[in-house]
Amino acid sequence: MAEIVLIKGNEAAGKAAIMAGCTHYYGYPITPQNEIPEYMSLHLPEAGGTFIQAESETSSINMMFGSAAAGMRTMTSTSGPGYSLMLEGLSHFAAAELPCVLVLVSRGGPGGGSLESTQLDYFSVTKGGAHGGYRNIVLAPMDVQEFFDHTQMAFDLADKYRMVAVVLTEATLGNMAKPIEIKRVHAVPSEELPAKDWVMRGKAGKKKKLIVGGAAPGFGSFNDLNELNRHLADKYRTVALNETRYEAIEIEEADVVVVAFGITAGGVKQSLIQLNQEGYRAGMIRPITLFPFPTEIIRKTSERVKKFLVVEGNMGQMVEDVQFAVGDKAEVSFLGKAEGLISLEEIYSAIRSLCEKG
Amino acid sequence: MNDGRRAVVQRPQSLEPLATHYCPGCGHGTAHKLVAQAIDELDLQEIAIGCAPVGCSAIMPRYFDVDMILGPHGRAPAVATGFKRALPEKIVFCYQGDGDMAAIGTAEIIHAAARGENITCFLINNAIYGMTGGQMAPTTLIDQVTTTTPLGRVKERAGSPLRMSEILATVDEAAYVERVSVDNPKNIRKAQKAVKKAFQYQMENRGFSMVEILSPCPTGWRMSPTDSRAWLVENLMEVFPLGLLKDKWEEQAT
Repeated sequence: MAEIVLIKGNEAAGKAAIMAGCTHYYGYPITPQNEIPEYMSLHLPEAGGTFIQAESETSSINMMFGSAAAGMRTMTSTSGPGYSLMLEGLSHFAAAELPCVLVLVSRGGPGGGSLESTQLDYFSVTKGGAHGGYRNIVLAPMDVQEFFDHTQMAFDLADKYRMVAVVLTEATLGNMAKPIEIKRVHAVPSEELPAKDWVMRGKAGKKKKLIVGGAAPGFGSFNDLNELNRHLADKYRTVALNETRYEAIEIEEADVVVVAFGITAGGVKQSLIQLNQEGYRAGMIRPITLFPFPTEIIRKTSERVKKFLVVEGNMGQMVEDVQFAVGDKAEVSFLGKAEGLISLEEIYSAIRSLCEKG
Repeated sequence: MNDGRRAVVQRPQSLEPLATHYCPGCGHGTAHKLVAQAIDELDLQEIAIGCAPVGCSAIMPRYFDVDMILGPHGRAPAVATGFKRALPEKIVFCYQGDGDMAAIGTAEIIHAAARGENITCFLINNAIYGMTGGQMAPTTLIDQVTTTTPLGRVKERAGSPLRMSEILATVDEAAYVERVSVDNPKNIRKAQKAVKKAFQYQMENRGFSMVEILSPCPTGWRMSPTDSRAWLVENLMEVFPLGLLKDKWEEQAT
């Protein structure tokens, strides 16, 4: 019998990280994710790991850089303004091909923003964010159970591809308590994870190792930046091929297909139950990975379905990726707001009126 | 080679047999050698991890024959913290310029010291940004001409030089802080002792150690290598006096 526990989203992420073998957590207080460092400060040392409350998010990410170089499973968590401070480090992670997990519990923005639940960080997280044109793997949990599961999966994906894996969620999910099943989940079976032969241990009689956040002629793994960037592009294509995850609900018979992620998709799911009971034919494609984005299923669906609705907690970001997938084959409508949750009524009405438009 | 001859002086094992890109008269070559010699003498080559800075010595991973990490500008003490906390049995050092440590990286160095991280940091202070072409550094002297203080550093507009060693010596958990210079052989020998002691403190788990090394930058200072030594002694040492600033263990012993 699996253990069922009533737990807050943020604490579930901390618990999941420890279960997944995270040994080094570094963080800086920022609302709405403070329960994660608080949880880790108590429970990670109990599990034999290291917790440091860093002097800034800039330092958190660089401490992770050191621990990742040593081969540890390392994690941080933050919200938008802290994420911005980590971007420099994340670009170096991408260049050095080091793995780490970042839990981003979004709040309002831009700037200092607010503590409202939003999905305003989609662009920054899925398109790279910092300088140099790189990618993160991005998981977007819909509920507390998935927040728990995705945090564990993120460690596997980060290690497999030597990339930063982001769990992108929202203030509401981070602070919502739900009963969840405590179980160990994997995105990649442990025995299939590549050996970390690049890990730094001191020369120990062998050739020296260098971990370089960039390409420098004469040292590092790549002769020049073209070589590094071609290698990264190949890797991102492989990730897209292997790791694209989505959930498709009732799309076969649908007149309208909604595309939504995270907690917003939870609202859509509930509205769809009512709409389907009332006889409206509407379905949903829910990207579970935001990078890689499920472009192919949306493209394929648009060959038959002529009306798409994108619902997201911002003024229109993922809608651009949906529009790209659909091209001129279908009409793409948008429902969004950047302050607080979109209500079930708003979602229900938007879908229904599209269905009725004939 | 067993032909009856014995090496009196040789390249440290922990340096690669390469010519460096440093300018004639630059102090980095000497500072590299001091660090490498200490690593050799303490038999640390197999377990040493260096954290390189951004600046002229960002290229040092090429020259050292030890494992090295090159992270973002100013962040080496945070990277070193993460590595040392992961593998405490390794000997982890940071090598930073004055721009790297005293401007963009002040938070990282001060808080690494505040936590008493058991790492060793070297500050190469040449009072200028060398790699980018000779701009004002946080350590640039009043009236010193740089490319961004073309009429000399004016304290009313650009402030006064920061003394990192003095600042760090006030931090409770800092164990050992000393300022040395590589302007002449006598000072180089003193510097060698300090560099070695800093590593020894880490080996003995005595906590945060740091050595500031005053170093000439003839190109950035727009003078000959010889003149740069004299300028260092007459000007830099006035503002950054040499000597031991803190030895927590000796204080406790007396």
